[in-house]
Amino acid sequence: MSVPASWYLALSAVVFSIGALGVLVRRNVLVMFMCVELMLNAANLALVTFARQLNDIGGEALVFFVLVVAAAEVVVGLGIVVAIFRRRRGTTADDLHLMKG
Amino acid sequence: MSTVVTVVASIGPLAHLAGAGLLGVVSRVDFATFWACAVIVVVGAVGVVVSRNPVHAALMLVMTLFAVAVLFIEQHANFLAAVQVIVYAGAIVVLFLFVIMFLGVDRDEDVNQEPLRGQRILAPVLVVLGLAGVLVLGIGAHWAVGAPSVVGPARGQPGGDVAALGRAVFTVYLFPFEITAGLLVIAVVGAVVLARRPPTAGQDELSVGVPGDQVAGSDGGTAAGTAGEETPAGTDAHATDATGQPGPAGDVGVSPELAGSSEPQPVPQPEPHEVAP
Repeated sequence: MSVPASWYLALSAVVFSIGALGVLVRRNVLVMFMCVELMLNAANLALVTFARQLNDIGGEALVFFVLVVAAAEVVVGLGIVVAIFRRRRGTTADDLHLMKG
Repeated sequence: MSTVVTVVASIGPLAHLAGAGLLGVVSRVDFATFWACAVIVVVGAVGVVVSRNPVHAALMLVMTLFAVAVLFIEQHANFLAAVQVIVYAGAIVVLFLFVIMFLGVDRDEDVNQEPLRGQRILAPVLVVLGLAGVLVLGIGAHWAVGAPSVVGPARGQPGGDVAALGRAVFTVYLFPFEITAGLLVIAVVGAVVLARRPPTAGQDELSVGVPGDQVAGSDGGTAAGTAGEETPAGTDAHATDATGQPGPAGDVGVSPELAGSSEPQPVPQPEPHEVAP
């Protein structure tokens, strides 16, 4: 008897909540990106858990695609951070109010 | 720890043949692995959120990613565990660390300043409420989670989970896989466009070029670092585009604020002979 799937899902929910808290609380853009990665990992853990529970490879395939999308997101996001930082010293999200009405 | 997990994974199929004693040992190792990794995952996640230094946050993220990889192995997703370590801990976090070091932002963050009042109190309350809602709903309700083995079985296949995943990706999910390739190409092109140096003042892309523009582009901290200049710069760029002059970075579709090639200056007079051919 292995570990029940509900424990993995609870752990996934906890990690997702911590990541969401970090996105809401932190002001450094880089740390906010890391918290987004935490949330993506929590979703991956839930997908792998369902793949094991339902004996379906589709969940693992979806984790594969999530990994690729996360890599693309990080590349573009860090490019934007570098471009902003070249313009102004600081990676604080609250200073970027250019489009504020 | 990973060797223990590997041993558990290797003797997992044998557990059906063995007696209750071996089954109990396997189960105990399973639970011990889960709890150890769960503690590491949660500690690392909390460390990412509460670390003042971005480098410490990145290292905490590495810890969390490794523990999640162990949990993947624990659930017989061996290929995904390897990809998790190689791509996440080996590429993405290194990219994070590279950008942190490159920009020199590895200093502490001031936490006293709070732009949105009540944000630091309201955000944990909302997150705890959401988590409690999810857990209560998950415990107290029965959910229909779908039929098993829609795409294909994950276990008991020849070649293990690697072959099963490869078969699924290259047959059922072939078109999304190709879309993924296109997405990666687009991401690379976007990164190159975003990270490109602003064009020099000699080229005629800079129709409103000022002599000090190149200096400001290379050393943006001293010349363009003063606060409160965004709104004039934004309206200036918009007005320049509205008069029909070629924008400084209009050929690549990046706003001048992001491209870093526009200098805050008074609005130019919309005279037609000023436009460079």
